[in-house]
Amino acid sequence: MKYLYVGAMGEVDREASMAVRERVAVEFGAPVRPMDLPAADFAYDAGRRQYASIPVLEMLMGACPEDALKLVAVTERDLFIPVLTFVFGQAQLGGRVAIVSLARLRQEFYGLAPNREIFLARALKETLHETGHTFGLVHCAERSCAMSLATSVRQIDSKQAAFCAPCAMRLRRYAREQL
Amino acid sequence: MKSHWQILVVDDEEVMCESLAAWLREDGYLVDTASSGREAVEKARQKDYAIYFVDLKMPGGMDGIETMMQVRRMHPQASVIIITAYATVDTAIAAMKEGAQEYIVKPCNPEEISLLVDRIIKVKNLQRENTILRKKLSRQYCVQDVISKNARMHEILELTSEVSSLRSTVLIQGESGTGKELIARAIHFSGDRAAKPFVAVSCAALAETLLESELFGHEKGSFTGASQQKRGKFEMADGGTVFLDEIGDISPKLQVDLLRVLQDRAFYRVGGSEEVRVDVRVIAATHVNLQQAVAEGKFRDDLFYRLNVIEIRIPPLRERREDIPLLAEHFVERLSHELGRHVTDVSEAALRVLMDYNWPGNVRELENAVERAMVSCRGTILNEEDFAFLAQNGQPGKTWTAPAGMTLQEMEKIMIAATLQRTSGNIKESAVVLGIDRSTLYEKIKRYEIPR
Repeated sequence: MKYLYVGAMGEVDREASMAVRERVAVEFGAPVRPMDLPAADFAYDAGRRQYASIPVLEMLMGACPEDALKLVAVTERDLFIPVLTFVFGQAQLGGRVAIVSLARLRQEFYGLAPNREIFLARALKETLHETGHTFGLVHCAERSCAMSLATSVRQIDSKQAAFCAPCAMRLRRYAREQL
Repeated sequence: MKSHWQILVVDDEEVMCESLAAWLREDGYLVDTASSGREAVEKARQKDYAIYFVDLKMPGGMDGIETMMQVRRMHPQASVIIITAYATVDTAIAAMKEGAQEYIVKPCNPEEISLLVDRIIKVKNLQRENTILRKKLSRQYCVQDVISKNARMHEILELTSEVSSLRSTVLIQGESGTGKELIARAIHFSGDRAAKPFVAVSCAALAETLLESELFGHEKGSFTGASQQKRGKFEMADGGTVFLDEIGDISPKLQVDLLRVLQDRAFYRVGGSEEVRVDVRVIAATHVNLQQAVAEGKFRDDLFYRLNVIEIRIPPLRERREDIPLLAEHFVERLSHELGRHVTDVSEAALRVLMDYNWPGNVRELENAVERAMVSCRGTILNEEDFAFLAQNGQPGKTWTAPAGMTLQEMEKIMIAATLQRTSGNIKESAVVLGIDRSTLYEKIKRYEIPR
């Protein structure tokens, strides 16, 4: 039996973590197991005052249990890759691990009043997106699909927490091959 | 389709290289990496990448600019994006001068890279589509595609190839439907101007004032309805060819304007005072005898001589009947795809009908006749009766001569049988065609034992 592990790196918003687990179970049709993981402090870059996502992915690969179909981790830390100012998350395309950052999903990050509903919706969409990459899905041109590329929260808000029909079909095929 | 396009990321820092490559792969692109300028050049030799992301500062004696220059020497169409952490105005200018498409400072906003790649790929998709369409068009109209085994036509095709790379004006004369535009396109697409526009104008289709504006363009407000400046066909065809069909129909005023364009390669837009200069080859065509028009004072002789630098006279189809079977077969093959009809051949009897017909509308009429026959034909071979409508055109090809050694009754039997076949055995219709009563027809069918 293979499990979809949803890991929390250090202290993570409990409600978001729960919601993500439930949604992943429904969307990917595999049993989900929670997992506690160390905080991402080891990946801190003092120069950028952010956390490098590549060492985080490497750590996740090492921590990935034998019976894991995928391991999707959630962190409160702000992630980056060297060439970009930030990333909302990162995944091994067609691999086993992915990371989602909640840091830039809150309204407060942009100086706006807190809104739990918007925050949780964004967290779900980004988790589906990064998990989709681990199954081998690439960005989708359909703007409402969870697999469409989002480089801003405005773009995350304009998509749905669901895959479009072609992506859903591809996902089922890839999942069959990987299970 | 993104996956068609390949990207090469070049950076001596592995983490930089791999993270950008991974990010682009999530977008569906095929991405390779190179850790030095030399490796990048080597990879570029083996593969044609659409976009190169190249780090400006790299050790090993080959920096980003040098890498870009070597890559672009091999692939001038490649888009190179220079990346640097140490941006200065000087390096940016140097990169752009040497042909970099963009210059980005790392770390950059994800949206910036995403939009940049999207924009480049959109342009590349359009360029590729354009190339495919150009190839399609030039294939359709190359000299080799003109179908003929007629000696005069072969001479014309030879001349077409010889003059294709010259700028000299060509005058193509021939009856309607002989393929004047086809020859004009063949000249254009076989020559040095093939990559530039071929602009066709039918001079007979437009009134004088409209034609003037169509050819030379107009300035805003030059006449009622001229709400903005418009480029004329001569400007649109700059570097290429303008094909002026039915040149014999243009007014005396336009004849003067055209003469000036041919002499000076310059003109004024309607309502304009600024001279517009163009590099355009003119190919003109006419179905009227221009020499006669000159003699009658209807066409300027100086314009005629300017146009008639290279003269091509296309013979009418009735003067090259040997081409009729070839052309008919060609149209059957082409139209069976276009019309979705499974027709494979033309029967001997049908070919005889086509050979005997006069074809006043030439190749165009033959094409239309084959299409009409294919639409109504029931089998896979076009038969004589499928071209019955040609006899009704009042254009019999030859004077009919009675076959020798045949009785009147035998003739009558053949006539009735043929008419019944054409009308699919419809007695009423056959009686009308033959000009006899239905009862008389029944009686004759019985007497001659004609199967229905």
